[in-house]
Amino acid sequence: MTNMSLEKVKMKELDPQIRNKNFQEVALGYSLEEAIEEASRCIDCKHQPCKKGCPVNVQIPEFINAIKAGDIEEAYEIITNDNGLPAVCGRVCPQENQCEGRCVRGIKGEPVAVGRLERFVADWYLHNIEKPVYNIVTRDEQVAVVGSGPASLSCASDLAKLGYKVTMFEALHELGGVLMYGIPEFRLPKALVQEEINRVLDLGVHIEKNVVIGKSLDISDLFDDGFKAVFIGSGAGLPKFMDIPGENLNGVYSSNEFLTRVNLMKAYDFPNNHTPVRLGERVVVVGGGNVAMDAARTAKRLGAKEVFIVYRRGMEELPARVEEVHHAIEEGIQFNLLMNPLRIMGEGSLVKQLELIKMELGEPDESGRRSPVPIAGSEYMMDVDTVIIAIGQTPNPLLTKTTKELDINRRGCILVNEDSMETTMQNVYAGGDAVTGAATVILAMGAGKKAATAIHNKIVLDKRNLYK
Amino acid sequence: MYKIVEKKILNSVVQQMVIEAPFVARKCEPGQFIILRIDESGERIPLTIMDYDRVAKTVTIVFQVLGFTTQLLATKNAGDYLLDFVGPLGRPTHLGNHKRVLGIAGGVGAAPLYPQLKELAKSGTEVDVIIGGREKELVILGEEFSEFCNNVYYATNDGSIGHKGFVTDVLNQLLEQGEEYDEVITIGPMIMMKAVVAVTKPLNIPTGVSLNPVMIDGTGMCGGCRVTVGDETKFACVDGPDFDGLLVDFDEAMLRQNYYKEQEKHICQLEGANND
Repeated sequence: MTNMSLEKVKMKELDPQIRNKNFQEVALGYSLEEAIEEASRCIDCKHQPCKKGCPVNVQIPEFINAIKAGDIEEAYEIITNDNGLPAVCGRVCPQENQCEGRCVRGIKGEPVAVGRLERFVADWYLHNIEKPVYNIVTRDEQVAVVGSGPASLSCASDLAKLGYKVTMFEALHELGGVLMYGIPEFRLPKALVQEEINRVLDLGVHIEKNVVIGKSLDISDLFDDGFKAVFIGSGAGLPKFMDIPGENLNGVYSSNEFLTRVNLMKAYDFPNNHTPVRLGERVVVVGGGNVAMDAARTAKRLGAKEVFIVYRRGMEELPARVEEVHHAIEEGIQFNLLMNPLRIMGEGSLVKQLELIKMELGEPDESGRRSPVPIAGSEYMMDVDTVIIAIGQTPNPLLTKTTKELDINRRGCILVNEDSMETTMQNVYAGGDAVTGAATVILAMGAGKKAATAIHNKIVLDKRNLYK
Repeated sequence: MYKIVEKKILNSVVQQMVIEAPFVARKCEPGQFIILRIDESGERIPLTIMDYDRVAKTVTIVFQVLGFTTQLLATKNAGDYLLDFVGPLGRPTHLGNHKRVLGIAGGVGAAPLYPQLKELAKSGTEVDVIIGGREKELVILGEEFSEFCNNVYYATNDGSIGHKGFVTDVLNQLLEQGEEYDEVITIGPMIMMKAVVAVTKPLNIPTGVSLNPVMIDGTGMCGGCRVTVGDETKFACVDGPDFDGLLVDFDEAMLRQNYYKEQEKHICQLEGANND
């Protein structure tokens, strides 16, 4: 029987005033009963618009039907045919712009909670099913994958399933890229990410941590070492600064540094973990995206008395997901909107004040958003002791600087043939944020899959030509 | 895991370790550095590469026992393992075609200076060095430098070896005697490099320095190591660690280096380590 409720089955969340003091996951997930109840809201419509909204083509109605039937194992297999990281994607995908954005039930009322259902299936499976046994026909060819974030994991996983000997090279000491160093524990528990990564490693993917491609090894070294193809999924790890006076004062962080200290290095558990993070009582986070929300909510949890988001456009224009903004407000983050920093002032070596100017929205710019214009004479000072700059990341130039054969655009993104993800260097493919600039986990995974298929086709073709 | 193959205690505060690290040893060059992490709860600390052996796949590091992590590192012995060891990071030193170069090292800074001067000497440059330290015991690598340096000068605070005073006193003396150098390379405490530049800048002697600021990843991701060079902000991890000393804003760099002093003290006290 279809559940005709106009609203999604609510997902339990930790109380905002309790959770803003700890790092436990905010959203608690569905029980089996709740999942079946929500799955029953899907009317199994004929034209299945949700699927077209999914960058990796998950067979959404099919997995929802399996939930309805109570066969969660089957639902997991349907999802993981297309998406190797469902516990991650169920949590961090912007479903409102993808599957759920197209759901028929969303025309009147809320769409089916595809994201919550995906998350439920993944969590249930990770808790209840021992690691599966794979029957893979192995091949001799080796493929190198650079980085171990979402793009690389999905590429490595598809290639391993096809039987290739895959080696994944990671610069840091943990696998997972932005999933580990960027997204906080309270939004994406690291133990879960690790479990999903382990499922990829179970396919036989070999890993080399602490190897920086472009420094420890060049791409050409990889070919010399016998790799037939290389996939670059090195992400967008270069922090943008504002280029205003005072940015090098103590107490000014890039969001990358702040979040890496807390997430990857576990500074929230200092001194048990040895990396500290120093934070004042009044914290300003500059920027309005998901990373800015993550940084602000993290600062609050670390004990900052007041945390402000400073963003140059208005509430409507915030690029962060609505859910993240909502959580931030619940947790007591204050929003100083239509403001732009002009300079950071210090006392001694420490941040003391931030000079801001008020903005108003003018004509729409090339992105279609109304562009902010400063209001003359509206400058004012704000007392602050920590400033976190979260205005975006671009691809890290480390690899492209040392690999002249790789063409990049003016934003430093690697140029690829969009059908095959092949770069301007032969047998080198790229995908994810390294190609698009900072984007979503699921788009990166889609790119990794596409590249895996192209690499497979190329290797098979080369082999055939060899024997002609 | 990365094996400590050999350990040598150079003096009461400086140790040398040879680490098995094939991916670092394969391509590293003078001037580059590594980042290591001792164990699961450890912080990432950058250390300059002193020497390497491509055949044995080992890298030699020298460190001063200064903060919490280096104190912990000092308790490790040959046969023990480090959890993480990544590199080579940073850009190799650009060693120009000079006729005569003066190296100036302070304390443990002698270690990263060593491969640079050695390389210069190998390519036919005349090399002198001034090594400084608080006292004789803390002056390291004098013998090693003398193998290829024409002159090895010392400066110690107490005069227990060489000149009693600062390395800059010796530098000034040499310049007053009419010694001419095409370049000065100085590595050591920030305050010492600043003092050297204060001498060389008015005379317009090109002066290379090597910075060792706070950093996390070492690949350009965190931006914690930013330093003002001329009018620009640079990341020491990817744009350095070597910079044109005449352009570095040392005052800012020193303030940034001290930002975590309190936390360092705190963890040292908690873990019962002696930081004085």
